[in-house]
Amino acid sequence: MVKIFNNAHEALSDILCDGLTIMAGGFGLCGIPENSIKEIYNSDKKDLTVISNNCGIDGFGLGILLEKRQIKKMLSSYVGENKLFEQQYLNKEIEIEFNPQGTLAERIRAGGAGIAGFYTKTGVGTIVAEGKEHKVFNGETYILETGLLADLAIIKAQKADKAGNIIFNKTARNFSPIMATAAKVTVVEVEEIVEIGELDPDHIHTPGIFVHRLFKGNFEKRIERVTNREKK
Amino acid sequence: MAWTTDEICKIAAEKELKDGFYVNLGIGIPTNVANFIPSHIKVLLHSENGMLGMGPFPFAGEEDPDLINAGKQTITALPESSYFDSANSFVMIRGAHLDLTILGALQVSERGDLANWTIPRKMVKGMGGAMDLVANLKRVVVLMDHVAKDGSPKLLKKCSFPLTGIACVKRVITDLAIMDIDNNGMHLVELAPGVTLDEIQAKTEASFSVYTNSSL
Repeated sequence: MVKIFNNAHEALSDILCDGLTIMAGGFGLCGIPENSIKEIYNSDKKDLTVISNNCGIDGFGLGILLEKRQIKKMLSSYVGENKLFEQQYLNKEIEIEFNPQGTLAERIRAGGAGIAGFYTKTGVGTIVAEGKEHKVFNGETYILETGLLADLAIIKAQKADKAGNIIFNKTARNFSPIMATAAKVTVVEVEEIVEIGELDPDHIHTPGIFVHRLFKGNFEKRIERVTNREKK
Repeated sequence: MAWTTDEICKIAAEKELKDGFYVNLGIGIPTNVANFIPSHIKVLLHSENGMLGMGPFPFAGEEDPDLINAGKQTITALPESSYFDSANSFVMIRGAHLDLTILGALQVSERGDLANWTIPRKMVKGMGGAMDLVANLKRVVVLMDHVAKDGSPKLLKKCSFPLTGIACVKRVITDLAIMDIDNNGMHLVELAPGVTLDEIQAKTEASFSVYTNSSL
């Protein structure tokens, strides 16, 4: 059952250690677990393997973990918009395993669902396929991709009840529901915690069984690319 | 006279989009195809971070940090929009439920190989969802300049940059021409106004045939 904590420090301090594999929800800066990321930054833990679609930007999101060189390896689909990352990568101070975005998502889903691997056409004929088993189904070539698991998943949602059932908001959902299923410990930070019975069971995105620890966070919710249309 | 970027997007919208289509538009130039969707058809735009039915950019002051597209730009929703997680988003792609993707490219080969995600030792960004899109959707259309900034051809016999996918591109719309690609190779099907066959031949490394039933 979910345990509710007062803040990120209380929720994470007994878990964090060097060498952890951490899944971090969010797409760009949208739906990122800001509070848990700051707690990891403050903990000074290092040699982390981080599984996340992106690596934040310089100075915000997962990008801050690069400042103290806490990340040893990233599994991501896209790490543009981050000069420090590029610099550390070119200096061979950080390792990256690029995963096609859908393959990354499905590897996480598979990991959480107890599925060891799956075959996909994505990446056939590219460097992504190198060293992987190829198999032909119905005349088409597929490659074997394996499920992913983590020690810790850090997730941001909009709302939770005290049973750990959670609801995301708009495109801030992205990788978070699947990551919540694929870690030994899933720590969720939310904007609001409500009483049991206040959420419609039909509207729950991630049931409480996947949520081990919960706290209410403070959010800056920075926007990466404000883009507007002109008022006519 | 070569086509402008807007004209390329308008051509793509008019030739490729059909009523009822679900479409993924790539980051950069292809995003602008949304501005030219013919008014008599209904098309729903997919954003791989987890949305179908993308609306226009918000007015200043109405941005929502929880509502962005795959290029991380602020967007709006439509009454028919839906949100979902990344796994479901790529079920739509890997399961070929989307009808079409329109992407940018660094290089395209004469058999339809696509390179658009990295330049060795120069650009480290990642492939995002592009490999999933091109390996699984039935129709992949590329919008790009006919030649690179240094004048070198981008339509090649074989791509020199790391590939995004093999034999996946069905049509390339450049500022100079429209090229189709099928099992028989690359075919020139339309020239921009004032562009000659000689110019295309000079600026294209890939071998191509010229379709006689076109507007040439």
